[in-house]
Amino acid sequence: MSAGTFTPRPGAAPVFRMIAAQTALETRMLLRNGEQLLLTVIIPALLLALFSSVDVVDTGAEEPVDFLAPGVLALAVLSTAFTGQAIATGFDRRYGVLKRLGASPLPRWALLTAKTLSVLVTEVLQVALLTAIAFGLGWSPQGGPFAVAALLLLGTAAFSGLGLLMAGTLKAEVTLAAANLVFLLLLVGGGVIVPLEKFPDAVRPLLELLPISALSHGLREVLQHGAALPWRDVAVLAGWTAAGLGAAARFFRWQ
Amino acid sequence: MSNDPAVEIRGLVKRFGTKTAVDGLDLVVPRSAVTAVLGPNGAGKTTTVETCEGYHRPDAGTVRVLGLDPVADAAALRPRVGVMLQSGGVYSGARAEEMLRHMASLYADPLDVGALVERLGLGSCGRTPYRRLSGGQQQRLSLAMAVVGRPELVFLDEPTAGLDPQARRATWELVRELRADGVTVVLTTHHMDEAEQLADEVAVVDAGKVIAHGSPEQLCRGGAENTLRFTGRPGLDLAALLKALPDGTRAAELAPGAYRVTGDVDPQMLATVASWCAQHGVLPDSLSVERHTLEDVFLELTGKELRG
Repeated sequence: MSAGTFTPRPGAAPVFRMIAAQTALETRMLLRNGEQLLLTVIIPALLLALFSSVDVVDTGAEEPVDFLAPGVLALAVLSTAFTGQAIATGFDRRYGVLKRLGASPLPRWALLTAKTLSVLVTEVLQVALLTAIAFGLGWSPQGGPFAVAALLLLGTAAFSGLGLLMAGTLKAEVTLAAANLVFLLLLVGGGVIVPLEKFPDAVRPLLELLPISALSHGLREVLQHGAALPWRDVAVLAGWTAAGLGAAARFFRWQ
Repeated sequence: MSNDPAVEIRGLVKRFGTKTAVDGLDLVVPRSAVTAVLGPNGAGKTTTVETCEGYHRPDAGTVRVLGLDPVADAAALRPRVGVMLQSGGVYSGARAEEMLRHMASLYADPLDVGALVERLGLGSCGRTPYRRLSGGQQQRLSLAMAVVGRPELVFLDEPTAGLDPQARRATWELVRELRADGVTVVLTTHHMDEAEQLADEVAVVDAGKVIAHGSPEQLCRGGAENTLRFTGRPGLDLAALLKALPDGTRAAELAPGAYRVTGDVDPQMLATVASWCAQHGVLPDSLSVERHTLEDVFLELTGKELRG
């Protein structure tokens, strides 16, 4: 490098270019992480294939896949927007990535936008893969794509808020353990593969208020029963979104 | 570019809980020069630099960076200021060159990433994930990330910590090039030789305050006395020599023909001694100057070793 190489020429890139670059990087980091792929792709795909072909759970549906596919789509959103995002962001914080990016021209809102976009890109890939598997298993979805998209987006917002809240307040190792535990608990108790009707009456009303229950129930209303947008589930998800994003905005620590 | 200082810190106080990290620190950093903030671990160097970077709000005092407030004017400052953190700052799964390319993409007119990678010897590990880089490679990547956006001011927090001597010299060379191209450099270090080699200005920091400030030469001269030694014919008239030298200078014949002059050894004194010898037909043999180092200065100022 010759004289004059370092002559100052400061300036930020246009913000849309920063967001595009940051989204691409965040998505690569997500897809490159093996443990994350287990959670976001392999577990949902296996659950869908296994429980659709082996009659372990009495789903009450004629075709198990019609019951399972909406639940597994909800699980895919949970795995990426909540578990994956919480763990990745927790370690970004721990390794000083958020701190370092805070000194770059990338504004915080642009970083959060990029993180959200990378979650959405990952979800599109998940949904494409899981619907392909479901169709292979004889899935016949009902309902309108708008209602499905609205539920998936709202679910993403709710889980992102909760994931960021966890990542921004707890130690990375605690987040890692807790996010996986929550994933497991919601997988079992959120109507994903086990219908909530199987749970005792005493706990069912509580379980129905979980964001995963609202998302899987809402998706099932549309995709299995052909309903319009189920407003009760939308309201539950909107409540979690407001609480999660609000608390994350209030308590998130960048360093 | 204006002649205002690049950084102006007045009476900075920063506490974390009950611990006072910075305790009334004043510092003025001139533009287009290298300023070293020198001090032992825990002296408040990193907190000071991170306050300039906008990471901390001062509890008291004012900080101006390029004339702006690092917290309130952060958006305006970030494109203009390069930052090298003491550690971390990179996705553990990101590859070295990938991360550097990403940082470059956040700036309007970045350096050529390929050339910078070669320049810092990161070519061989460009595809290695960050977590598998050696400590030295991580340091060099972090340095590259600080300069890739063509900043006018860079803060380097212990840029050579953990580097082997060769990599250390390569980093020094880069800092000199930055300076030559008009970039203002502020670096923290607890290596005396680093400050002496690189810095135009040194601020010696201890317990959250600047306890001495000046060029390395000024600091070394202002502190301990320096020594000039030479050998020559035994039995020289030292009293006559001292008459030619400034008051307070001392001279002794340690062994027959081995002389020592102590005092404010500067080029003028050296010339005076040499010409006095010439007038008396003495060839001063093995003439040497022992300058006191910043290490001595620090020890004198604080009574502590720098690297405790």
